[in-house]
Amino acid sequence: MSGRGGLENINPQVYGRAGNRPEGPNDWNDDVPDLFDAREIFDLIRHIRDPEHPLSLEELNVVEESACEVEDMGEGGQGKVVVHFTPTIPHCSMASLIGLSIRLKLLQTLPARLKVDVRITPGTHASELAINKQLADKERVAAAVENPQLLELPCLRLPEQTPIETQEKTVWSVV
Amino acid sequence: MTTALQTLTGHKDRVWNVSWNPQGTILTTCGTDHSIRIWAKEGDTWTSKNVMSDAHSRTVRCVAWSPCGNTLASASFDATVNIWDCKTADIECVATLEGHDNEVKCVSWSASGSLLATCSRDKSVWVWEVGEDDEYECLAVMPSHTQDVKKVTFHPSLDILASASYDNSIKLYKESNDDWSVFCTLNGHESTVWSIAFDGSGQRLASCSDDRTVKIWQEYQPGNNEGIATPNNEPAWKCVCTLSGFHNRAIYDIAWCRLTGAIATSCGDDVIHVFKEQPQADKNAPMFDLILTIPQAHTDDVNSVSWNPTVAGLLASGSDDCTVKLWDFTHIF
Repeated sequence: MSGRGGLENINPQVYGRAGNRPEGPNDWNDDVPDLFDAREIFDLIRHIRDPEHPLSLEELNVVEESACEVEDMGEGGQGKVVVHFTPTIPHCSMASLIGLSIRLKLLQTLPARLKVDVRITPGTHASELAINKQLADKERVAAAVENPQLLELPCLRLPEQTPIETQEKTVWSVV
Repeated sequence: MTTALQTLTGHKDRVWNVSWNPQGTILTTCGTDHSIRIWAKEGDTWTSKNVMSDAHSRTVRCVAWSPCGNTLASASFDATVNIWDCKTADIECVATLEGHDNEVKCVSWSASGSLLATCSRDKSVWVWEVGEDDEYECLAVMPSHTQDVKKVTFHPSLDILASASYDNSIKLYKESNDDWSVFCTLNGHESTVWSIAFDGSGQRLASCSDDRTVKIWQEYQPGNNEGIATPNNEPAWKCVCTLSGFHNRAIYDIAWCRLTGAIATSCGDDVIHVFKEQPQADKNAPMFDLILTIPQAHTDDVNSVSWNPTVAGLLASGSDDCTVKLWDFTHIF
C-alpha cells in the first residue's frame, strides 16, 4: 500500500459496464461444440474487485474484452488465452496483485487444455517486465496461493464480499 | 506415437517432482497435496507402496535419495527440509532442517553422501554436513543469487555444486579453505533457469529455462588446449550449444542420463523431448539431435523428468495433471 497513507489513485476514472452477452441460435444446442471466446474470458474476469476501490476491474477499464485473446482448439487440442490488463496509473503498486487475481480466476475456471498468460498492456506500467515475469512463474503463483492471508484480499475473494483493508504481503512481491 | 508404459495415479494435486533411488528400484513422487508417494515394481507393474500423507504442512516441492539409498530428503514450501530414514518399511522422519526464510525449492545430495544442499525463494543456497546420529550441521549460507533459486544439484563425483535461478543465471560453488563460495557464474539465458543437470562426467552441464531454450555448458580447466581463459586459476564454463525452437513454453525440468547420454526435457506445453549428442561431434561445438518427441505426454504441464539410474531407457515424468507416467524408451538407443 502507499506509504503516503490513503489511496494511491484517489480519483480513478470510472467506466460503464458492458451489458449481458446477446444469445445466439446455437447456445442451447448440445451438439454444437462451445469453444471459449474473448467475451467468455472477459465475463470471467470483469467482476474481480479492485484491491483499493469498491469497483470492478471492468469499471476501472483495467480489463476489457478487446484485450482478451483466445485460441481454443476444442477437446483434445491445446489452446491459449492471453489477457492484457491496464493498471490505472503507471506506478500502481497493486498491479502485481491485480494480475495475480486475474490469473487465479482463470486457472480455477478454465480447462487444462487452455494455457493462460496474463500480462500488463505494453507501455502502461513502470515495472511491466518484472510483473509479467512474476505472473508467468507458476511456482511463485502456487506458493502465493497457499498463503491464506493473501486469499483474504478483496480482489482475490468473491465479488459480493465487502472490501477489507489491504496489506503488502511478502509472499507475493509488490513491485 | 509412443504411449506410456504405465500411468500412476494417486496424487490429489499437481506432481512437482519425481525421483529414483540409486538402485533404480523405487520411484518417489511429491506434490501440492503435501504427500510423498513411494512406488515400486511388483511383478510387471509399478504400484504404490507407501503414501506419506502429511510429509509437510505445505506443498512438497522436491525429494532426493542419498547415494546409499537409505535416506530420503524432502524440500517443502513450508520452508523446511525433512530427512526420512527409509531403512525399513516403517519410514520415520529423523531430522528437520530449518533456516530458510521461505519456500525451499530443491534439495540435493553430494556424491559421497556427506553433504546436502538446499535452495529457496529467499535467494540463498545452503550447504549442510551430514553427521552421525542424524545430526545435520549448516556449513554455509550463500545468498549469491539476486532472486529465487529454483534448483541445486551436486557434481556427479566432486564436491562441486550448481544452482539455477529466477535471476536468469547459473552459479557454481566449491569449498576452498573450509569456505564455500561461488567460483563461476553462467549467464546467457534470457529468463528464469528452471533446472540444470550434469552429464555423467561432470564436465558438461545442461540447463533449461523459461526462455524456451536448453543450453549445454562445457568446462575448461586451467591450462586447457583451446586457450580459454581461466581467471583465478578456476575452471571456466562456456555455453557450447543452445537448443531453441523445440519448446513452445517454459521448460521446467531437464535430465541427463548417465547410462545413455540422452537428455530429456519436460515442458509447459505438455511435451517430453529426448535429445542425444551426435557422435564424433567437436567437444567445443557439439550438436544435439532431437531423437524423440512425445506430444501430449500429459494433459497438462510436465514438471519433472528423471531417468532411472540402472535401467537404460526408463523415464519417469510428473505433471500438473496429477499423474506420474513411466516411459520405456529402450527402442531408441
